[in-house]
Amino acid sequence: MSESIVLDHATDHDDHGPAKGFTRWLFTTNHKDIGTLYLYFSLIMFFVGGIMALIVRAELLEPGKVLINPEFFNQMTTMHGLIMVFGVIMPAMAGLANWMIPLMIGAPDMALPRLNNWSFWLLPFAFTMLASTLFMSGPAPDFGWTFYAPLSTTYGPKSTDFFIFAIHMMGISSIMASLNIVVTIFNMRAPGMGWMNLPVFVWGWLVTAFLLLAVMPVLAGCVTMMLMDRHFHTSFFDAAGGGDPSLFQHVFWFFGHPEVYILILPGFGVISEIIPTFSRKSLFGYRFMVVATVIIALLGLVVWGHHMFTTGAPLEAQLYFMYATMLIAVPTGIKIFNWVATIFKGSISFETPMLFALGFLVMFTLGGFSGLMLGLVPADYQYRDSYFVVAHFHYVLVSGSLFTIIAAVYYWLPKWSGHMYSEKLGQIHFWLTVIGMNLTFMPMHFLGLAGMPRRIPDYALQFTDFNQYCTVGAFIFGFAQLIFLYIILKSCFSKDKGHVSAQVWEGAKGLEWTLPSPVPYHTFATPPVITTGHREY
Amino acid sequence: MNTKIPATKNNKRLITILVCGVIFMFGFCYMLVPLYNIVCKQIGFNGKSANSATLVNPNMQVDTSRTIKVDFSTTMHGNLNFKFIPLQRHIEVHPGERKLIYFYAENKTGKDITVQAIPSITPNDAARFLKKTECFCFTQQYFFKGEKADMPVYFFIDPAVPKETKEMTLSYTLFDETEFIKKQKHFTKGRIDL
Repeated sequence: MSESIVLDHATDHDDHGPAKGFTRWLFTTNHKDIGTLYLYFSLIMFFVGGIMALIVRAELLEPGKVLINPEFFNQMTTMHGLIMVFGVIMPAMAGLANWMIPLMIGAPDMALPRLNNWSFWLLPFAFTMLASTLFMSGPAPDFGWTFYAPLSTTYGPKSTDFFIFAIHMMGISSIMASLNIVVTIFNMRAPGMGWMNLPVFVWGWLVTAFLLLAVMPVLAGCVTMMLMDRHFHTSFFDAAGGGDPSLFQHVFWFFGHPEVYILILPGFGVISEIIPTFSRKSLFGYRFMVVATVIIALLGLVVWGHHMFTTGAPLEAQLYFMYATMLIAVPTGIKIFNWVATIFKGSISFETPMLFALGFLVMFTLGGFSGLMLGLVPADYQYRDSYFVVAHFHYVLVSGSLFTIIAAVYYWLPKWSGHMYSEKLGQIHFWLTVIGMNLTFMPMHFLGLAGMPRRIPDYALQFTDFNQYCTVGAFIFGFAQLIFLYIILKSCFSKDKGHVSAQVWEGAKGLEWTLPSPVPYHTFATPPVITTGHREY
Repeated sequence: MNTKIPATKNNKRLITILVCGVIFMFGFCYMLVPLYNIVCKQIGFNGKSANSATLVNPNMQVDTSRTIKVDFSTTMHGNLNFKFIPLQRHIEVHPGERKLIYFYAENKTGKDITVQAIPSITPNDAARFLKKTECFCFTQQYFFKGEKADMPVYFFIDPAVPKETKEMTLSYTLFDETEFIKKQKHFTKGRIDL
């Protein structure tokens, strides 16, 4: 099959390379260019958000004031959270979707290429606007990434309006991107590629795209209500005018909880591609994987109340949200089990993508367990708003989502650029990242259990040791990412011709591996025909 | 580029459906507001059931076998300079028994002001059984500079209140309503001007 595709490509008379110069990137409608833009944008924001995290950790090196004022500390935690969630993980996942979905389903491009261009180019403007608040005379947003009312309405700084419009813009961007992804997957699959024959990464993104379409409008509505409360004399969240601040939390978490599955489900898909490749086996329990993804998404929509146990919700509601939350552990457990079963008796090799996938498997499970602890109503009363929560969501977001993104980059980078990355550097990057990550976030569990609250610039003396471990770990983690940057840039801008085979990895299966490396600018102008069963093409 | 994008018609249909879905979800977000208020009123959450009047069932029996201690507490919102306290810190009532209590309020802001008290009742599972036939919290209250008043609450506890309820707290937070003045006659009914 691979020869016929290459031949098709070579005889394509209308084929042309990318336009020259900057306008190539500005006006591009090519899914590969847009995917690259998303990924570079995410990489830049990763370092911006990372520097903020290091400022936060530096301030927490010792009790008392070390480096910055408490006001600036609050701005740093807020901006770090917003940038990492909306500026790093989501664009990176969207970049992977743009690059890989058309290649995996045998489509020439995304279904709506111009919309695709627009959905990317909204992002740099949204985040420039958000970051510009740091240079304004009033404070930047300083109410935490969850922007609870009334902190963000009655007491919000003037820059909150910039924040609101930035959220609007990135929300529109996400909605358009997911619209595009859904239409592409529905209508542009290669002939013969049935639903139960889709790569799991594509399934993961399809479900994620539906989640995004369902909850991003709610976030847009939420910040619109905030804007109205701030400027148009309504009182959605102001008790003085008949509103209710806890309504804000319901509206926000109705978006916010599905959002955490939006951040992780494409990552589950990535892991489901990588583990079979390096175990040289097909994925164990494909159907269960797909069904589990769908169930996680559906349950994710109805458990938002577990973020609000201590708001005085009725006991029945607390119990319902607790049990529904616990229930999510079942489909997630199925996924973990299937990944382990895929590895079991496989012929395993430990290249960097596999290392990150295995790191994900172990540490995401740890993050899942601390999530279960937080999901228990009586325990949550103790753990809420402590460093235990910080430890939990960094385990699921850093060693969860971020690890899957890094694994995906290592996995597909040779395919994208045509150059193999340096395996040795990749391994060093992995081990420094894992050690730094665990040294940063593992002690936070114990800090939280010992009673250290989150979002504070100062702490009691007895927490000093563990906070210093965290800070040292954070700097190891942060500087290790410079290796990652070097590896990516070297692979992308290397002048010498690479000699990477089409398949790249010995055990890799799927349409994208039938294309030459680097992937030509236009692919699958004539759709391939799938005649074999699942993942055998 | 020689790409034949298949099924453009299907694309349009799917896009229409998805965009309608997005618009629906945006509307749904706003629908959460009345939905939330209805649910809160039903379960008595966040004082939503306690800021409107209820009628007394004429067949209601006073259950003298039980006594419930009701505590009163008050809070000023933000920097509102008011003296606002219950005349009694707590009282004991039988379920079904009607009570009248007063809260003392004094405007120390140095100007005329409109305020409103927002109630909240705990514990949550008993909140909807504390019912009021009349309360100063139902409406906004206008206070002249330096004005003092005792403000009434008529309430009773529905005998259907859970058996394990021994103690309840009725708490008021006083808000400055200057920015949210409703177009109505200033309500002072039942107030004893001092």
